[in-house]
This record gives sequence, structure tokens and C-alpha cells, in this order.
Amino acid sequence: MPNPIIKVDNLSKRYRIGAAERVNKTFRETIMDGLISPVRNFGRLHRLTSFKNGDERDVIWALKDISFEVNEGEVLGIIGKNGAGKSTILKILSRITKPSSGRAEVFGRVSSLLEVGTGFHPELTGRENIFLNGAILGMRKKEIEQKFDDIVSFAEIDKFIDTPIKWYSSGMQVRLAFAVAAHLEPEILLIDEVLAVGDIAFQQKCLGKMEDVSKGGRTVIFVSHNMGAIRSLCTNAIWLDDGRVAESGPTDKVVTDYEEGQLEHLKESSYVVERNPEDVKNKSFYFSRVEMQNEKGENTTLFKYNDKIVLICDLCGEPGDNFSPEFRIYNELRQLVATGASGAFHGKYFNKTVKRAKITIGPLILTSGKYTISLSVMVNQDRYDTWENAIGFTIVKCQPFKVPYEMPTHVEGVCIVDHTFSSME
Amino acid sequence: MNTRGHFVIEPQKGWQLLDLPELRRYGDLFYFLIARDIKVRYKQTVLGGLWAIIQPLFMMVIFSLFFGNLAKVSSDGVPYPIFNFSAMVAWTYFANTISFSGNSLVQNTALISKVYFPRLLAPLAPVIASLLDFVIAFVILIGMMLYYHIYPTIMMLFVPLLVILMILTTGGIGMFLAALNAKYRDIRLTIPFLVQFWMFASPVVYPVSMIPEKYHLIYAINPMAGIIEGFRSALLGTVAFPTQMLLISTVVSIIIFIAGAFYFRQTESYFADVI
Repeated sequence: MPNPIIKVDNLSKRYRIGAAERVNKTFRETIMDGLISPVRNFGRLHRLTSFKNGDERDVIWALKDISFEVNEGEVLGIIGKNGAGKSTILKILSRITKPSSGRAEVFGRVSSLLEVGTGFHPELTGRENIFLNGAILGMRKKEIEQKFDDIVSFAEIDKFIDTPIKWYSSGMQVRLAFAVAAHLEPEILLIDEVLAVGDIAFQQKCLGKMEDVSKGGRTVIFVSHNMGAIRSLCTNAIWLDDGRVAESGPTDKVVTDYEEGQLEHLKESSYVVERNPEDVKNKSFYFSRVEMQNEKGENTTLFKYNDKIVLICDLCGEPGDNFSPEFRIYNELRQLVATGASGAFHGKYFNKTVKRAKITIGPLILTSGKYTISLSVMVNQDRYDTWENAIGFTIVKCQPFKVPYEMPTHVEGVCIVDHTFSSME
Repeated sequence: MNTRGHFVIEPQKGWQLLDLPELRRYGDLFYFLIARDIKVRYKQTVLGGLWAIIQPLFMMVIFSLFFGNLAKVSSDGVPYPIFNFSAMVAWTYFANTISFSGNSLVQNTALISKVYFPRLLAPLAPVIASLLDFVIAFVILIGMMLYYHIYPTIMMLFVPLLVILMILTTGGIGMFLAALNAKYRDIRLTIPFLVQFWMFASPVVYPVSMIPEKYHLIYAINPMAGIIEGFRSALLGTVAFPTQMLLISTVVSIIIFIAGAFYFRQTESYFADVI
């Protein structure tokens, strides 16, 4: 029999976004403004916390009539775009802020981890900060004393434990903060995107720790943009959109729908590009149009690791001789990632009467990120046309290994090369 | 299931004063916040804890020079320095603490917006932490009394009562200012000015006897007036124990504490949203 440990019932939260500052044009206006601004400022500050009935222009609903239940031992993921209200839910459940209407009931000791190292004081030593931060996260003094040695060794800062943390490197500070957080043992744990910090190895360590936590029968609510982590950790998920529940249920279904929703949105970025006539005024032979497809012949600009891209290129004008199309792929750091050339690489020249060429690129061993393709065409040794940044595509999912992490270009390099590890006797 | 942790989250309604079980549950955190305040206050200063003495002592020297020597303000028959310092001890505590307390929420913005704890702990921690400075200054005061051949009498027994009133007044003002400051940062700029003004409304540099008798009871609505006069009477024996004034001060300081806590509790639900 499932046992709801958190019940959320029609929860709403509104905020008033501060009115924009005025810009004064003249000296006189500035002076006058200085004289009357106290009255206006007071009104503005006062209104921050008072709400009339009815919707006003500068009031936004961060959450609107949210209801859900979390059972004991369940790991619930909350996903959604920035500003969808994910963090607001955690703030309300951890009692940092009050809801505007509705109610929630929580049975158990809650710890929230909206940030690591909250309350760290630079002037205090590592030891003092462990106790202070532990107490801030809801631990009792006795509990911290028991776990003190574990925390210190987890953080690997034994030698500096009695040094004020302002002398610590930022890496040491983060490690210490995580070490304290990792030793929390609440019945209910609320986590917001903490895994976004640190390198892959560290994220892995934290994910492992979180798996232990959830296997230990504790209830976890986990907010993240990392769909891989959500998939591997959560049994159920809620997709928030604009302060409302768009969908809730088993993680796989919700995350898949969410990702497709995201893709729908992205798909609007054009998979067909017509050449700007200005570009080709004086050219006798040039690309007039390019269209991007996947292997199945569907138009898209979104690809996964190992997918193939199909480009349909239309050409215009008279080359006078057989020709060779070429392409270059650049990543978002404007690095040249790959090139291809029909004639130079493959000895394949297109008959001068051909007006449409198909280029198949892949499997793409690229890391996730945005890319652009430049096209050019050679006739004999002459470059007849170059179309810089003709069309773009995005690698939205690069998870070649059995880890649930995205591998973005700026972290993992331009591409993934196959590799193996083995021990040698 | 653990019912100890059961709680309901709802929009705030009704009156709240103190949730004592909740405060007790966070006792350890209160302890660490106080410890932090004490440890951090004089970190990376050359003189360290000496500042607890230097501040009131230095003020006393200046006041003795200007009010005692030059303006010849009456000091109820004792040397002006000891007359003034007996007030400075309580006054310095009050002045420093309402400033620490009043800024406590703004200084702990990260805490307020990222974790839950009973918000009252923030302004109340400096109220307790500053007592250490008070005790140090008090010891110096006793030393000065011996130097001037003024010996403590049985009246010393009133000191704990006066200290309690001093804490209530300071805490009440501190909570009130902290809550206001969360929304209106004017308070941060007002505090130094308020402290100056309040000092001249209290018998720090002059004796109560300078105030016409018929105004004494109105004067005592400022609880620091009764408290400071009480300290003088209990320690120096210069004037009779101001029973009437202190009765009024007691009532007012209790009202201030309750009103401060009440205002704080009524507004605390939006701290995280506006700070």
C-alpha cells in the first residue's frame, strides 16, 4: 500500500516583478526625480508584498494549481524549462517561502539542497564550517560529530581542517561543501541541480551517492535539466510548463514526451535554406538551396550521436565542366571539425548537367552542440562558389557510453573516438 | 512514520508569536550562529577582543573631556568617567547589537533564500553573541569602580534583572529593524543615525536629575533610560533605585520585545521573496 509522504494540493505562488527603473533624460528631470522618488519608491517596495485581487500586469504566477503526491521511498524528478517553476516548488516544500494559495503536507524530516556550501563563512576554519553548514542543513550537533571524520576524508582536506576556508582553493571549498551535504540523512531530500557543478568524475560520485540515498528507502525530489540523470534515478517525473503540470507519471514516458516537445520547438529552425540572391549576383555557377534530412528522409536539423545527415543541394547556372561539391563542418567554437570533397577525396566528379546533389555525412561521432556547414563547389581547379554557414544542425544527444551524461563540445572535445581500456599483466 | 517532522505548508494566516518547539528543534543551529558571530566579529583585526573594551572606553574618554571637563555636566557626585562608563557598558551593547541585529537578515541573504530555519534566529544570535562583549566591558567597569574606591553593594543583585530588560529591549528593536530592513534598505542607513539620536534621549552623558522631575515618567518610556539609571543606582549608589521609572521601562521593554517578535513573524513569510 503506497504511503504518501508529501501531499501537494492546488499549490500556487505569485511574484511581483519589480517595475523597471526609469531613465532620466535631463538634469532637471534627475533633480525632480530625486525629490519625488521617495514616494514612488515606497509605493514600489510596498507593493512587492501586497497583492490585490485580480491579475495585475507585473504579477507573474510562478506556480498555478499544482497538485501531486509523493510516496515514501519514491524518487521524483521535476523537469521543465528555465522559469517553469521547478525551483519554486522546492522552495515551498522546504519552507523557504510560503505559497500564495493551496497547501502541502509533509510527513518527515526534510533537508533541502538548493545550493552547496550555503552559509559557509570565509573567516571560519574548515572544522567550524562543517559544523555550521551541517547545522544549517538540519543536522544535530551530535550527528555531525559522529560523521565528522567521514566528512573530512570524503572532502580530502585533512591537512587544512583548521585553516580558514578563505585560504582554500575553490575546488577544496566545493569538495568540503559536497562532503557535508553527502552525509545528510533526512527522510526527505530535496535537490536542485547540484549535480551541475564539478567535472564528470565528481558528478558521477554524486550520482552514486544519490542512488545510495534512494535505495536506502528515502524519498527524494530531484530537479534537473540532465535528462540522463533523471532517467536513471527517478521512478516518476513531473513536467512543469509555465507553472503548471504539463504531464506526470513514469519517468520514461514523461521525459520522452518532454524531449519531443523540446525538439518540436527546435525543429522550427530551418531545415531548408534558400540562397540570398545578393550573394550570387556575379556568379555563374552556385548553390541556390539546401535541405537537411535524416536517413529516413525526414526534414530535421537535430541529430543524435552516430546519426547520419543527408543534404540535398540544388545548383544553378552553368559550370562549363564536371564539378565537385565540398563541405566543411564547424562547431560552435568556430573550429573546423571535418571536411569532405567529392572530387579531391573520392575522384568523383558530377556531370555538368546535374542540378541536384545529395551529400550523406556520418555516422556523426560529434559531441553535443551546435554546428554549421559551409558548402563550396569546385570546377577543375577553380572554386566557383562558397556558401559560408549555409545550414546548421544540432547534436542534441551524445551519450555513447553507458553513463547518463550529455557530452557537450566545450567539455568533452570535438568528437568521440572509439577506445578501449584493458589491464596488462 | 515520524510525526515529529510532520508539517503543513499553507499561506500565512492568523497571528504568530513564538513557535517554541520549533525553536528548540533548531537549538544547535542557534548555538552555531552565535558561535559564528563571536568568532567572526574580530577576525583579522590586530586588537581582536580588545575592541570590546576600546569602544566604550574611548567614548568615555571623549565624553569625559567634553561633557565632564568642558561643559561641566553634573555627574551625581561621582567622577565623570565612572559616571559615564557605567552607562557606556549597557549603551554600547544596545547600540552595537541593534545594528548587528538590524542587518542580520540582509547579511544572511544566502541563508534566507536557500535554506529553511526559524528566521528569528538571525536577529537573535547577535543579541546573545554581544553579551560576551558586555561581560568583558562589565569586568572593566568593576575594575574602574575599585580604582575610584566605589565598592559594590547588595544593590548589585538588581544587575541580572537589568540585563534581562536590556536584552528584551535590544532584541525587540533588533527584530523589528531586521524585518523592516529586509524590504526597505533605508533601515541600514537609518540605524547609525537612530543610535546617535537615541543616545541623547538616554542618560548616557548626563544624569537623569537634569530632567525636570515631572517629566521622569514620560522619560522612562524610553526603556534604556530606566535601565541605564538602574545600572548607575545598583553599581554606583549615586541615586536611589529608580523603582517607578524601571516599572515603566519593564512594561515598555516587554511590549517592545513582543511587538518586535510579532512584526517579525508577521512579515517573515516574504523575506525569501524580497530580500
